[in-house]
Amino acid sequence: MLRLEARPEPSRLWTFGSPLLALLVTVLIGVCLFVALGKDPVRGLQIFFWEPIKSPYALGELMVKATPLLIIALGLAVCFRSNVWNIGAEGQFVIGAVAAGGVALLADKTTGPWIIVAIIAAGVLGGMAWAGITALLRDRFNASEILVSLMLVYVADMVLSYLVFGPWKDPQGYNFPQTKTFEAVTQIPRLMAGSRVSIGLLIGLAGAAALWVFLFRTYAGFAQQVGGLAPAAARYAGFSSRKALWVALLTSGGAAGLAGALEVAGPIGQLTPYVPAGYGFAAIIVAFVGRLHPAGMVFSAILMSMFYIGGELAQSRLGLPKSLTGVFQGLLLFSLLACDTLIAYRIKFRRGGR
Amino acid sequence: MDATALLLAATLSAGTVLAIAALGLLINEKAGIVNLGAEGMMLCAAIAGFATVVHTGNSWLGFAAGMAAGALLAAIFGVLVIWLNTNQYATGLALSLFGAGFSAFAGIKYVQEKLPEQARHVLPWLGDLPFVGPALFRQHPMVYIAMALTAGLVWFLYRTRAGLVLRSVGESPESAHALGYPVRRIRLMAVVAGGALCGLAGAYVSVVYTPLWVEGMIAGKGWIALALTTFATWRPARVLLGAYLFGGVTMLQFHLQGLGVDVPPQFLTMLPYVATIVVLVLISRNPRWIRLNMPTSIGKPFHPGA
Repeated sequence: MLRLEARPEPSRLWTFGSPLLALLVTVLIGVCLFVALGKDPVRGLQIFFWEPIKSPYALGELMVKATPLLIIALGLAVCFRSNVWNIGAEGQFVIGAVAAGGVALLADKTTGPWIIVAIIAAGVLGGMAWAGITALLRDRFNASEILVSLMLVYVADMVLSYLVFGPWKDPQGYNFPQTKTFEAVTQIPRLMAGSRVSIGLLIGLAGAAALWVFLFRTYAGFAQQVGGLAPAAARYAGFSSRKALWVALLTSGGAAGLAGALEVAGPIGQLTPYVPAGYGFAAIIVAFVGRLHPAGMVFSAILMSMFYIGGELAQSRLGLPKSLTGVFQGLLLFSLLACDTLIAYRIKFRRGGR
Repeated sequence: MDATALLLAATLSAGTVLAIAALGLLINEKAGIVNLGAEGMMLCAAIAGFATVVHTGNSWLGFAAGMAAGALLAAIFGVLVIWLNTNQYATGLALSLFGAGFSAFAGIKYVQEKLPEQARHVLPWLGDLPFVGPALFRQHPMVYIAMALTAGLVWFLYRTRAGLVLRSVGESPESAHALGYPVRRIRLMAVVAGGALCGLAGAYVSVVYTPLWVEGMIAGKGWIALALTTFATWRPARVLLGAYLFGGVTMLQFHLQGLGVDVPPQFLTMLPYVATIVVLVLISRNPRWIRLNMPTSIGKPFHPGA
């Protein structure tokens, strides 16, 4: 009979081993799924793990999708490390995109490139404001941040929908629910010709470095996390849990809003009802799989981006629904949580009774 | 007059979805477990129920399939949370994300399918009464089952020994363990029962309420049901009332749209979500009231012999 025995201290080996084991478990289940669907599993694996990295162009597309995932996950890591359960990053992403899109629509032929700064600032502020609602209601009225932030995702989707069906609809757009295409000057600068990778990737990597410094090299970062690990100790040390709440939500809201701005003024180039692509939810998985560590999240964002691209390729090449992406993402988080048990416990085999 | 009766009837039907799911979540929370996977379980149950009815034509088999799907997913969640001590919030979230992806994946073939015509349910004599007939007595049997379920749960939780044990496991698992009750097995049973009810609610949505399958069709009802348990301060009867209240808000938006009220439809669609936030704020404002009613060990893992 299997038994769990608590380890005297958390295993360092399994802290790093568990995400890899979880990936292995997910891949094994994926192989079984491909076989069950009558598809060649080798071809399936190839589509998910080789096609996205086989050419410079494919690698670029991989980075395009990894960028928003990484930026949102960096913010969420601050939340989860301080035990603030913001699961509404999707809504903050959407409102960031709406605010940034609003600024981008103001541009005309004569606007200078300064507009990019305004677009990014609007996105960050939009996301912060949206997350700020959750922080305010949690702080002042003790309302669950889980449920409030999630409800605000649906509200944000409706705000976007109202704008693109109503006041911001392109009059020359044949009645499609979308704004006019933004002026070329609003396009987030790209890193090189022939690829859609933008400066967003650099912002994301710089953000990862900044987060590392904040979390592990500053007093404020330390104070921020103590409340998540040991609330009583934080109270005793005089660290304000209210401040931690606001910092966590405003940081993650700002990050999600930034990702939204980079997305609408980057690859999308206009506001449509299809701006919400689930990045806010996938970023939760990125954050956990990356161990809430800046370097880990760089890798997990790339992995999750592979899942997105693999899902799209599975649709076009194997005739499987694109939602396969969501299945694998969910499976990965499930397996990770199960494998994480090995960090705190070791498995003992015992014969006979209890 | 007639429109009001129909609005009332639709309110009861919409409230039934939320009531069944929220009663399931209430059982979980009374045993000390929060399952954020409600939305995912309901989505998977919705497609399981819908597919079953498409193939068999029997809506009761559809409900059974939905319950089985919900119970199975809840059992996975329960084993992870109760035996492997994973974080309840993160695991529930994983279930919701997985459920959304899996239901979309499994349901792709059923997007255009239609269900066979449903029998109309009219209670003899009562259904012919003016006003109250169309409002109350021409409902799908599930509406009355939800009411009976509420009464049954009140009786179970507060009038039976098993209910007392269940509540004690949620209040103080250490004491229940010391008295010799198998805390983890009881918690797992509560989680599976709750999952089955969430599954029933999900199947009701796709089989009766909006009889069709669309990706993501639960549209936050699982999350609203989670909020309902707090709103009801963990009392079954209040869960039912709260569910009808929210059903009313949901239906009001369609009613207003039908009346041609000059508000963009998006703002009406927002109503249930905004109402959930408002209600959460109102109820959570008084921390003492929450603390008095909330199961003490909610969300906390229990590891015997530690």
